Amino acid sequence: MLIAIAIMALGAVVLGAALGFASVKFKVDGDPLVDKIEAILPQTQCGQCGYPGCKPYAEAIAKGEADINLCPPGGAEGVGKLADLLGREAKPLDGVEKPPQVALIDENTCIGCTLCIQACPVDAIVGAAKQMHTIVESLCTGCELCLPPCPVECITMEPIQETVDTWKWKYPVVELKRVA
Amino acid sequence: MEFSTSPYLLKDTSVRRVMTQVLLALVPGIVAYALLIGPGILAQIAIATLTALAAEAAMLRLRDKPLALFLGDGSAVVTAWLVAITFPPVAPWWLTVVGVLFAIVVAKHLYGGLGQNPFNPAMIAFAVCIVSFPALMSQWPGPGSHLAPAQQLDWIFGLAPRLDGMTSATPLDALKTALRADEGHSGPLPFLAGNAQAVIALCYLAGGLFLVWRKIITWHIPTAFLGAMGLLAGLLWLWQPAGFANPVFHLLGGGAMLGAFFIATDPVSGATTPRGKLIFAAGVGLLAYIIRVFGGYPDGIAFAVLIMNICVPLIDMYTQPKVFGMKDQ
Amino acid sequence: MGLMQLFKFKGGVKPATNKAQSVTLPIAKAPLPSVVAVPLHQSIGGTPRPLVQVGDKVLKGQMIGEADGWISAAVHAPTSGTVREVGMYAAAHPSGLLTDCVVIEPDGEDRWIERQSVDYKTLTPEQVRELLRDMGVVGLGGAVFPSHAKTQASRSVPMEELVINGAECEPYITCDDLLMRERAAEVVKGIAIFRDLLQPKKVLIGIEDNKPEAAAAMAQAVQAAGEDFQVVSVPTLYPAGGAKQLIRVLTGKEVPANKRSTDMGVQCFNVATAYTAWRALGHGEPVISRLVTLTGNVAEPRNYEVLIGTPMDELLAIAGPKADTDGIIMGGPMMGFLVPEAKAPVVKATNCLIAHSPALFPPKAPEMPCIRCGSCAQVCPHELQPFEMYWFARAKNFGKTQEYNIFDCIECGCCSFVCPSRIPLVQYFRFAKSEIWARERDKKAADGAKTRFEFKQLRDEREKQEKAEKLAKAAAAQAAKKAAEAAAAAAAEGGAPAEAAAAPAAQSPEEAAAAAKKAAIAAAMERAKAQRAQAQPQNTDDLAPAQQQEVADIEARRARLRDIAKTELAHPEAHPAEAAPAAPADDGQTPKN
Repeated sequence: MLIAIAIMALGAVVLGAALGFASVKFKVDGDPLVDKIEAILPQTQCGQCGYPGCKPYAEAIAKGEADINLCPPGGAEGVGKLADLLGREAKPLDGVEKPPQVALIDENTCIGCTLCIQACPVDAIVGAAKQMHTIVESLCTGCELCLPPCPVECITMEPIQETVDTWKWKYPVVELKRVA
Repeated sequence: MEFSTSPYLLKDTSVRRVMTQVLLALVPGIVAYALLIGPGILAQIAIATLTALAAEAAMLRLRDKPLALFLGDGSAVVTAWLVAITFPPVAPWWLTVVGVLFAIVVAKHLYGGLGQNPFNPAMIAFAVCIVSFPALMSQWPGPGSHLAPAQQLDWIFGLAPRLDGMTSATPLDALKTALRADEGHSGPLPFLAGNAQAVIALCYLAGGLFLVWRKIITWHIPTAFLGAMGLLAGLLWLWQPAGFANPVFHLLGGGAMLGAFFIATDPVSGATTPRGKLIFAAGVGLLAYIIRVFGGYPDGIAFAVLIMNICVPLIDMYTQPKVFGMKDQ
Repeated sequence: MGLMQLFKFKGGVKPATNKAQSVTLPIAKAPLPSVVAVPLHQSIGGTPRPLVQVGDKVLKGQMIGEADGWISAAVHAPTSGTVREVGMYAAAHPSGLLTDCVVIEPDGEDRWIERQSVDYKTLTPEQVRELLRDMGVVGLGGAVFPSHAKTQASRSVPMEELVINGAECEPYITCDDLLMRERAAEVVKGIAIFRDLLQPKKVLIGIEDNKPEAAAAMAQAVQAAGEDFQVVSVPTLYPAGGAKQLIRVLTGKEVPANKRSTDMGVQCFNVATAYTAWRALGHGEPVISRLVTLTGNVAEPRNYEVLIGTPMDELLAIAGPKADTDGIIMGGPMMGFLVPEAKAPVVKATNCLIAHSPALFPPKAPEMPCIRCGSCAQVCPHELQPFEMYWFARAKNFGKTQEYNIFDCIECGCCSFVCPSRIPLVQYFRFAKSEIWARERDKKAADGAKTRFEFKQLRDEREKQEKAEKLAKAAAAQAAKKAAEAAAAAAAEGGAPAEAAAAPAAQSPEEAAAAAKKAAIAAAMERAKAQRAQAQPQNTDDLAPAQQQEVADIEARRARLRDIAKTELAHPEAHPAEAAPAAPADDGQTPKN
């Protein structure tokens, strides 16, 4: 009886020590899940998810506060990837998926108020007060955050055109189905 | 014009053509079989082919796939022929039908059809039937008895009572029984029905070499299969000549040749890399020998193939060849 | 022809060569087209900058696009005429999209610029390379890599072999064959240029053994020129003309995907490239034309010397396409593509146009499932496992395709050629590759956006802090002033001034320490300011009066801007710093659902 108790106790001590050691040895700094989620998000920083940027949204997903289908720029593909990562069910996107786009400033109308420069989350607009502004197309994420502050509504969104350099070969599958 | 991409030149080939050549390569063996053992095999092939085509058509319809395209690819017929050849020629017709149905419906289509089956369908059929109907699967034409064609057909279609005395085990079984009975034997090993088995095996070998020449299969699998089996048989025979049959007997007896050139070479369920093929086939050869010599079944090819089928993904993963320019890195 | 040990590459296929049709007639000069559209981007690397405007008159051979960066090559006007358009025009590309072109209406005179032959041996290698770049010499075998960038030997590995590619392994194409037959002497002179730049130990000219006439012509030309180049017949086996395959066959070296061939002491050029290099240096002719095989479903297959920019349909019409022609393949039948827009121009990469007809290239049978027969792996010259890559490409599992080395695939088409299931394997690989590239582009853009976003947040935070500090300082100053006033008032009342003054100091030694620290910081900032003041004028010393005037102007503008900024600060409701961040959050229009 005593021996049995002693063995069980010893076992408990050994296993406990192992667990304790493992928790110290394999301690993970930071929250890798947030980083993984953030890597999937498109970094448009548009706030359409209701969070002020991609990182806060990633944190909210990691905490289980936010759903995975709130990111329209990420599209259905992004939802799918998040579902894969988190082992959750993929859901239809909460919002409308748009083709990739960039903002364009009508330079004749722009009054140089700098409001859009302040609004742009990714510093893609250049210009100075009372000077014409312009959008650096390669930096624009198409988040539309510059649209509401513009007092003269001189900013429009343009879909990104496919070029010879960005053109992609098509998926070749022809599904073999019985011709009814 | 339809959207199509290069290459615009294609070799004149198709799945149907590949399968037809496999069937062609089987013909010498089948002819020898029919001549030496009896025409029962031809009836079995006919039953199996019809069953396979009907099952294939039904499954394609159920799965909503184009009938003409897949029915004509010949893969079901190859499976059917292999089932018919590996089953006893005097097996009742319904046994062949059950075997083929299992091969086509379960082993092939339930796993996704052509190209998707992880196990060799014909060997699944053999394994299922030998486990379910061991007696019927072990009835082979008796030694030296050339059964009349009519008699074989009567048996197949259940028109005459099956007399145990008229059938017997395969030469491998006979050998095993003899060795177990501790009779020992110094004379030539018992070849059933004269040397018919060996002649048929050589015909399969010829057909297999035709496939190698036509580049339908590569040398790797037959060589490793026969090499491994021959090596193990040879070692044991040298060690104890009275206790084990000589390697030639093993290579020409049972289903060794058929297995090496036609069964283990099934590309869908077998390993695909050159080194993988060697490992896979050597495994099949060794296991087949072990099962046929030390196990309770007449021959071990079917189980050996199925066991090695399980290992294929692992073998392929660890034997990926080095690509161009990366060999010394 | 030297007898030497040849090596083998794994795989390869032997499609019907179909070369005999187009070698019966000598090279002909294609007539001047009605219009030439010269794409600016005709090589790997930077897109050349246009040098002409609409309405400009250009001469044949005049540079119209200047190389952008080192990996780039200039483009030139193929004939004399008037620039009609500098803008988007149909591209010789499988996408059928438009690309930047200079469209020239020929004046029919075909008048050259002044051509100058140079003795390249009097120039430094650097000058020769620059010249080659400005003459638009690029790899004409199909890869169009700027040639000058390939003429630099590795620093650490000595150049052993220079391989000259005259293999021309693709079916139907015969332009290199005819070039070697008819212009071998000039090809040899071009090879000598590359030899002089790279200084290899030997030069090997590889020609497939189905072109004995070309090999003989080359051997004779080599002998006549007194060179020691070896002309080597290599077995006809597609794709023996792939650079890596030919290098393997001739030298036994395998150049892996992640290495430059010069790092293994070997380099490879096409025979046509060598020819144009000689024309560029020896005759002062930039690359404005090339040999194009017109073949396939045509009445008279033949090789033509064609101006770059010639519309393909106009060119093909010369060979008399038969009635059932339903498309044009640019390049060979193994690696070429059906041109979606028939008026797309001939470019430097266009070695062959094949009139496509259903009889010549029957429509593909439907794709069947893969039976893992391994035929594709047996013929793959790069020893890949195409059926495994196909599996993952089809499932869009792109990470796995990369594990199976999809970027080692040269898209030679051998796998599709032999596939009994008629799976368009190469198309799956092209699809997977372009998806991977797109994803990498997106990832790069997203990473950049993230960095900029984080930096902006940091900046906003800092600005807020600075503002808060400024406000606090102002408040403190005000408080101090008030205290001083109060103290003065107290002193005037005749109380105990010493006590009052000493009290705050005695109250807390920490505060005293903080004040000392602050004083130290202030002093440091003062010093820094003084240093700046000292340092700054240095570059404004000794200025000319005009420059001083300019500086004064700038100072005045700055002052004006400061004034504007001040007025804006005076009306905080208009100041964007407060208004902007609030806007999207408060905006009810921001779509959430």
